[in-house]
Amino acid sequence: MKFSPEFEQRFTQMLTHYPTRRSVLVPTLLYAQDEFGYLSEEVIQELARRLDLTELEVRNVISYYSMLTLKPRGKYNVQVCTNIACMLRGADELFAHCQRRLGIGHKQTTPDGLFTLEEVECIGACCWAPAMQVNYDFHENLTTDKLDQVLDEYSKKGMQ
Amino acid sequence: MATLVSHPDEVRVVSKRFGKGATSIDRYLELDGYKAVQKALSMPPDAIINEVKSSNLRGRGGAGFSTGMKWSFVPKQSAKPKYVLCNGDESEPGTCKDRLIFEHDPHAVIEGVTIAAIAVGAHTGYIYIRGEYRYLSVIMQKAIQEAYARGFLGKNILGSGYDLDIHWHGGAGAYEVGEESALMESLEGKRGIPRIRPPFPAVVGLWGGPTVINNAETLASVPHILLGGGEWFANLGTPKNGGTRLFCLSGNLARPGVYELPMGYNLKKMIYDVAGGMANGGELKAVVPGGSSVPVLLPSEIDIAMDFDAVAKAGSLLGSGGVVVLDDATCMVKFALRTMKFYQHESCGWCIPCREGTDWLKKTLLRFHAGGGLKADIDNMLYLAENMLGRTFCPLGDAAAMPMIGFVQKFRKEFEDHLEGRPCPYETRGVVEKLPVMA
Amino acid sequence: MADVTLTVDGNKITAPAGTLLIEVCKSVGIEVPSFCYYPNLSLQGACRMCLVKIERMPKLQTACTTVVSEGMIVTTDSDEVRQARKAMVELLLGNHPLDCPVCDAGGECELQDMTFSYGAAESRYMEAKNHKDEQQWSPVVFFDRPRCILCYRCVRVCGEGMDVWALGVQNRGVSSIIAPNREDHLECEECGMCIDICPVGALTSGAYRYKTRPWEMKHVGTICTHCGDGCKTTLGVRRADTGMQIVRGDNRDKSGINHDFLCVKGRYAFDFAENPDRITTPLIRKNGKLASVTWEEAFELIGRRFAEVRNHDGGHAIGVIGSTRTTNEENYLLSKFARVVLKTNNLDHLRTADFPALAAALRGKLGRTASMREVYDAPAILVIGNNPTDQHPLLAWQIRNNVRLHRSRLYVINSQHIKLGRQATGFMPIPAGADSKAVAFLAGDESAAHTLIARGATREGWTALRDQLCREPKLILIFGSEIRGNDVSTLVRFGSDIPGAKFVALADYANSRGAADMGLYPDLLPGYQQVSEPGQFGEEWGEIPATPGLTIPQMAEAARANKLKALYVVGSNPVARFAIDPFTFAKSFVVVQDMFLTETAVLADVVLPSSNAYEKAGTFTNTCGDLQLVKKAGDVTGTKSDFEMIVRIADAMGSDVHQLVPFGGAVRADMGQSRGAQSGEADRHAVWLEARGLEPKMSPFDPVAILDEIQRLVPGYDVSRMNLLAGNDQHTSLSGSGGGGQHNPELIMPANDTLFTSGTLGQYSRALNSVIENRDREPATPEVAAD
Ligand SMILES: Cc1cc2nc3c(=O)[nH]c(=O)nc-3n(C[C@H](O)[C@H](O)[C@H](O)COP(=O)(O)O)c2cc1C
Ligand code: SF4
Ligand code: FES
Repeated sequence: MKFSPEFEQRFTQMLTHYPTRRSVLVPTLLYAQDEFGYLSEEVIQELARRLDLTELEVRNVISYYSMLTLKPRGKYNVQVCTNIACMLRGADELFAHCQRRLGIGHKQTTPDGLFTLEEVECIGACCWAPAMQVNYDFHENLTTDKLDQVLDEYSKKGMQ
Repeated sequence: MATLVSHPDEVRVVSKRFGKGATSIDRYLELDGYKAVQKALSMPPDAIINEVKSSNLRGRGGAGFSTGMKWSFVPKQSAKPKYVLCNGDESEPGTCKDRLIFEHDPHAVIEGVTIAAIAVGAHTGYIYIRGEYRYLSVIMQKAIQEAYARGFLGKNILGSGYDLDIHWHGGAGAYEVGEESALMESLEGKRGIPRIRPPFPAVVGLWGGPTVINNAETLASVPHILLGGGEWFANLGTPKNGGTRLFCLSGNLARPGVYELPMGYNLKKMIYDVAGGMANGGELKAVVPGGSSVPVLLPSEIDIAMDFDAVAKAGSLLGSGGVVVLDDATCMVKFALRTMKFYQHESCGWCIPCREGTDWLKKTLLRFHAGGGLKADIDNMLYLAENMLGRTFCPLGDAAAMPMIGFVQKFRKEFEDHLEGRPCPYETRGVVEKLPVMA
Repeated sequence: MADVTLTVDGNKITAPAGTLLIEVCKSVGIEVPSFCYYPNLSLQGACRMCLVKIERMPKLQTACTTVVSEGMIVTTDSDEVRQARKAMVELLLGNHPLDCPVCDAGGECELQDMTFSYGAAESRYMEAKNHKDEQQWSPVVFFDRPRCILCYRCVRVCGEGMDVWALGVQNRGVSSIIAPNREDHLECEECGMCIDICPVGALTSGAYRYKTRPWEMKHVGTICTHCGDGCKTTLGVRRADTGMQIVRGDNRDKSGINHDFLCVKGRYAFDFAENPDRITTPLIRKNGKLASVTWEEAFELIGRRFAEVRNHDGGHAIGVIGSTRTTNEENYLLSKFARVVLKTNNLDHLRTADFPALAAALRGKLGRTASMREVYDAPAILVIGNNPTDQHPLLAWQIRNNVRLHRSRLYVINSQHIKLGRQATGFMPIPAGADSKAVAFLAGDESAAHTLIARGATREGWTALRDQLCREPKLILIFGSEIRGNDVSTLVRFGSDIPGAKFVALADYANSRGAADMGLYPDLLPGYQQVSEPGQFGEEWGEIPATPGLTIPQMAEAARANKLKALYVVGSNPVARFAIDPFTFAKSFVVVQDMFLTETAVLADVVLPSSNAYEKAGTFTNTCGDLQLVKKAGDVTGTKSDFEMIVRIADAMGSDVHQLVPFGGAVRADMGQSRGAQSGEADRHAVWLEARGLEPKMSPFDPVAILDEIQRLVPGYDVSRMNLLAGNDQHTSLSGSGGGGQHNPELIMPANDTLFTSGTLGQYSRALNSVIENRDREPATPEVAAD
């Protein structure tokens, strides 16, 4: 198990930002997850070792944050916000549309491993609702058509 | 990238540099960037605090506590290092303003943190940005680097002999982490469980040191206060409610968006003038004036000034400045359900009333909206919410209870109309076959 | 701290500033309910049960986190407060399975009690309850998630109290769950504290679950029979066809020296009592085989043969080996029986600490031994050798929590990096076997330094440590069996110059100290009195052999040389412990009293089935010298106490039992006025009883009869009888002891037990064995965090 140079460089630098080692844990977990798609046994052991924590402590933290996961996800994590502002502008239909189109439900992954669908809480796009995030990219003022275009693009990208 | 809107009634202070390329430090400097820090360095700390006090700046994170007052609670002498922590966890449903600040004016936040640090004698600051806002942490990290490169951060800033480090910190998905004490836990690498208070962060905060915690918008306002003067800022708003505020107008509006309006701007005008009224011919049904955590207002209750005191008088709260507008195609039971689903999902689980109460309310509403409601449920939900209110470990429990109480009290009839197995009679916005459920 | 005055429910109360409101209320008998608050653990404010009204505060406040202040006005019993409590219980019951009828905790459940007190009986809850299957976390720990109310007590006692940190909280909101450190199971010290502290039935004991209902048990608070620390353990017993069965060990009675604490042995390892290998009839070797016989036949044979050997070959042809797990009464009786009836000093036991050396060194020095309670309060502690976490779990708990709660300073000198090092202010690593050099250096022998300057330790470091220790008032010096013989006196010489310094010698078995105090030595009588100068024992026991007898190895020698005609072994397994060749005793007449056919018992001519410490009454003395009452809890038909068996053998030998055990006599005696000092023990006993207003003992099998004599004759044991019988620990002193003696230290053999072993006894505990087998099992695939 090896992290990218960027990860290592950021990690080493972040350690200098705080009086305690464990302070880097939360952002580091997210970056580690970005490298491997999920937080594997090895990643947990490695970070526990580096930060003088028990694996239990690391798991306690991981399981608290909704963006962190212990199971692999699809290449593209489609996160549809259905919270109030988006709901008022049709987010439920949007989410249902995703379910139909991808043939999967909340926190499920397409057989080709390309997409994971997730219904998420407010992502801070209320004024541009309805909105979703695919991995970290925002897609706003969505309609079912626009949604289809977006997903098509990711499918294409994912194929090559 | 979030699109920007504008309206003649806007008074641009915090949003002054939006869309002007101020993410680059050179541009920022052209637009009076870092002048306020220079001024601050020339002032005695207490003078800075008094300036902020006189500006009547009140916390933009939701609680609306006087910022100058908060800073003055920080002990002058402290064995442990002091810290400034910028709260950029922005997760309150209906709120998307801090996002714009980070996106268009990151240096203003850095400058705000710097001034706060100088005022309370801190030499380290952190800017905590929610994990979902990854592209903003990229912008912020670049801005911080530039600031170091230009000597606005680091040892002996601007040759003043004052040392200051500011670091970015990222979250990983948790609303509760926006609560100030949970925020500190998260920054220390722990689960976002709030801390017992007292002691308050200003006295015992990060790693036991005195810590000033402010919302990003609050801090971004500070440089303008120092340059324009506290009195000027105060006069922009209403008594005890200084300045302007980034109002996030969302929901069934013709022109939703983030508008910077003076404190105390009329809510009705906000909806009908600024945001162009209801979208595609809908009728106004209700307004949630301060983010999902506050009691809902009826159309008859919206002719009010949008400042902390007036909205409180009207029986709700100004909160985070997220104004969510509902049209008549909305089912209030479903709206309540979605709101409770949020709090059930985001409760940290530490204390009984919040953990169990939010779960109970969500389950009941789920059954209720699906047509399985009983008459007794309505009063039970009210009973539950009232028994959570004021008894939870942190305000999240209240944030769930207050709107729930509002929904039942103001829309009881709508709840009753769901009884006897009737399918939702209100939802005309094409009901989804199966309500998505987050376990 | 200064006092403050506050008003609670109209009562003016004065309490030290800084006290928690909930404690103040408790102290004046005002009940404030709580789940998450637990004394001496970190504050949570999580369960919200303790909400009270405080004047000038808008919201109700948690009494568990509120520090009392001057003029505070508190209401704990208004409608508002009562409603708040009721609501909390209702909310909890919402997702609670309410499987009380089958729940282990049913009947002793804090949630049940709260529901009863605050009346949340009628439920408004209509929804489906969140379910999760029960998990087995270890052979002895089960977790039932739905019952858990998330008070976080288990997490804190495991981390803060035990310094194990094997439990955590995972997920959030309503799916929050207590999680074990190895994903689907626990890897820990298996102390079971989490189970004891759980207010409901979420954590249950593998040894007890679904066995019975609390109200079907009788609860007997007695002393643990395993290590030398002497925890009080509450045994739950219920009727069984074989007598009284022990079904549970826990620590509900917090009055013991161990307060909250029990380790894996004290909590689960009572099950050796019902091990199928237990002997329940006397056995006599008939043409090579051990065959069951009646008690009478067995006693007759033993009595006859012992008498023969004594009368023909003399007492020196008989060897006696005593036990470190029998009571003081039994050990004293054995000591007396050997000398008075068998006429021999060939008496020994398995030694694990050099108490004679300590007694000799402390002779005439008052108040120089520390009690187990003092170890929890002392401002400074020095531990040389041993690994308390493994070998003295309670001692380790006392030290650990003393450091945590009272900021006491701990100094550790050890050749291993023992776990207690984590709490140490100063840790001095030494080369293996250099303990005695360390002591020498402390006592001023500079030349010892060069051996110690190793593994990062410098001469400066050592000198600094010595100076530091000398500056510590009320220092407690605790030493393992590494320190023996002259090293003990050297250490005492060093310590005695420190004002208020006290000593603790660590011995390994439940009554090792008692065995030593009661004189199970070839050269020492009870109270470390040399056999050559028997003093009061000479007066009272009559004529006894004056020359030192044989040690265990010497007995084996003598047996090989065919000089040891008879051997009497009471609750000991010398063959295994000393690796003695089984044929050694082939020609001797060997009698063994034991629970099992141990390596020693299988060689015997007669084996008598004995009861264990959980099945009899008497007293134990722990390694610190704390005297405690042992109560009868279990009972296995077909066994007898060693006390009774010794008396029966004496009787079968035709000796006057009255002379051995002072009983009955009082009724007939003239109180001894006429014959004064010349009157018999029974009379003198009666006089002594009369003087203290105590009952004359009517049965020769009543250990308390001999306790009178022990308290009267053994220096340091004249403690308050009332307190002792009331179940309180009474510290005995060594200052009045006899001179002890030069004590071939090579005979000291530490048991080297771990947390999960307990000498021969441990091998017969299913609970302990299952835990050992379960170690380092691999976790199954991780459970995905539910959100
Ligand atoms: C459940 C909860 C969530 C919160 N979320 C945020 C947030 O996302 N951003 C924020 O600035 N303040 C949030 N707050 C308010 C903070 O606790 C704190 O009051 C604020 O950051 C102080 O800054 P201010 O005085 O400038 O408003 C939250 C409070 C609660 C109880
Ligand atoms: S510490 Fe010793 S005495 Fe206490 S329970 Fe454990 S074994 Fe028994
Ligand atoms: S006892 Fe006070 S909150 Fe639990």
